[in-house]
Amino acid sequence: MRERFVRVATELLDTDPRVAILLADISADAFDAAKSRHPDRVVNLGIREQLLISAASGMALAGMRPIAHTFASFLVERPFEQIKLDLNHQGAGAVLVSSGASFDYSSSGRTHQSPGDVALLGTLPGWTVHVPGHADEAERMLRAAAVGNGLVYLRLSALANATPLAVRRLGFMVLRRGTLATIVAVGPLADAVIDATAGMDVTVLYAPTIRPFDHETLRATLTTPVVVLVEPYLAGTSVAAVADALADLPHRVLGLGVARDELRHYGTPAEHQAAHGLDPASLRAQITGFLGADLVSGRLRMSAR
Amino acid sequence: MSEASTLPRYTYDDLPRLMALMTGDEKHDLAAESTLDVLWVLYDRVLRINPAQADAEPRDRFYLSKGHGPMAFYAILTANGFIDASELPRYGQFDSVLGQHPDRNLLCGAEISSGSLGHGLPIAVGSALGLRAMGLTDDRVFVLTGDGELDEGSGHEAIAFAGRAGLEALHCVVVDNSSATYGWPGGIEARFATEGWSTVRVSGRDHHALEAAFTAPHPGRPHAVVAVV
Repeated sequence: MRERFVRVATELLDTDPRVAILLADISADAFDAAKSRHPDRVVNLGIREQLLISAASGMALAGMRPIAHTFASFLVERPFEQIKLDLNHQGAGAVLVSSGASFDYSSSGRTHQSPGDVALLGTLPGWTVHVPGHADEAERMLRAAAVGNGLVYLRLSALANATPLAVRRLGFMVLRRGTLATIVAVGPLADAVIDATAGMDVTVLYAPTIRPFDHETLRATLTTPVVVLVEPYLAGTSVAAVADALADLPHRVLGLGVARDELRHYGTPAEHQAAHGLDPASLRAQITGFLGADLVSGRLRMSAR
Repeated sequence: MSEASTLPRYTYDDLPRLMALMTGDEKHDLAAESTLDVLWVLYDRVLRINPAQADAEPRDRFYLSKGHGPMAFYAILTANGFIDASELPRYGQFDSVLGQHPDRNLLCGAEISSGSLGHGLPIAVGSALGLRAMGLTDDRVFVLTGDGELDEGSGHEAIAFAGRAGLEALHCVVVDNSSATYGWPGGIEARFATEGWSTVRVSGRDHHALEAAFTAPHPGRPHAVVAVV
């Protein structure tokens, strides 16, 4: 996804004079060619992430469309007050594009992992938060963000689904219909959720954009008010959004995702995914446990067909 | 034409009376007063900012980073036709546009919202970059900060980058009232000079010296004016 970001952002620089790329050393080499053509619109600030966000604000106030990029941990968590005040409070728009996600840099340890970025942005109004599951989706999101004026977070990850799922619209997309529960699979965890729920009588929704939360599709496709969120960042991040969407209904909700406790291990992203219970087998076990007796009777019903 | 353009203007001698409308007496908060002459000279003699033609080019941008104690700023904006003097007594009230820290989304004339220290100069760096990228080479950005505010590390990210990037459009006014807890050995201007800025230290009360400092040429470099009060 990061390679696609560089290619598409470079094209946007060529075609839209409002677009500027702000960097903090990360990925700077990848933008060398773009910088040679647009020296004033590709700006590497050095290892200065507070300035990365503040400068994006100042550029927006001057009339530009800034795209700021670094690792998620240094783009959202480190300069969070700059996001809150220099973007939101000023009323300045920007596109923040992160890489690294929750555990792409599994072997780098906690310092380079950002499971809390979406939850943090969730404390602020007005953000569109994209969690693309495929480079094609990321490309479409970036192109749409570049022509707007609002606050957009594009969370790129090395983790991806085998094929693009969301082609046209930003809201949730129905991958499968069932009756016993709704499983909301966010971005690159869709393939794992599809595997995990094979044979289950459940609806699976695909959410490549998690803010704003698509209340309408959740409500429109709801059969039983039982919802499982599967998010590739901090577990439970969108539980409150589900509670808001279903506030008038007695409902149950389970938030699966990256554990709050630090995982003090290195290793591969796949090992981290499994350790957080986000591999297909672990997901299936957790979902089955949550649905409990409903699922057992559902299975009986399915097998009786 | 904006509504503000029809407002009366006031002189320097009116400022104590305008500030008294906010404070209830003429004994001003020291933090507010430290910026009064700097702001007066900027708005009266330097900045190309007109409430009647807020977006006319070329124009300058003034970012009040040191948003604490904004009564002097509000008095200056009133004197320059941005604020109706009748609003001043409502300072700090629930539905006033004049808070204890300015909000650009409430107050015409406040180009940034400020209050938390260490944000204005980095935002100004971005605006100077933006103006350069858009080819608006006649527009300037002035940002007012304080010697205490520069305790925040974010300011030093901005100082170092702006110097090396040669942001000529950027002007940083440091009102130095010796409020930094641990001080700045060699003067705060040394932190700017070592990064390649043009610097000057002047009295923050001397209008002639302030005007000369604000308008001194500094080709290819950002400019820092340390105004001592």
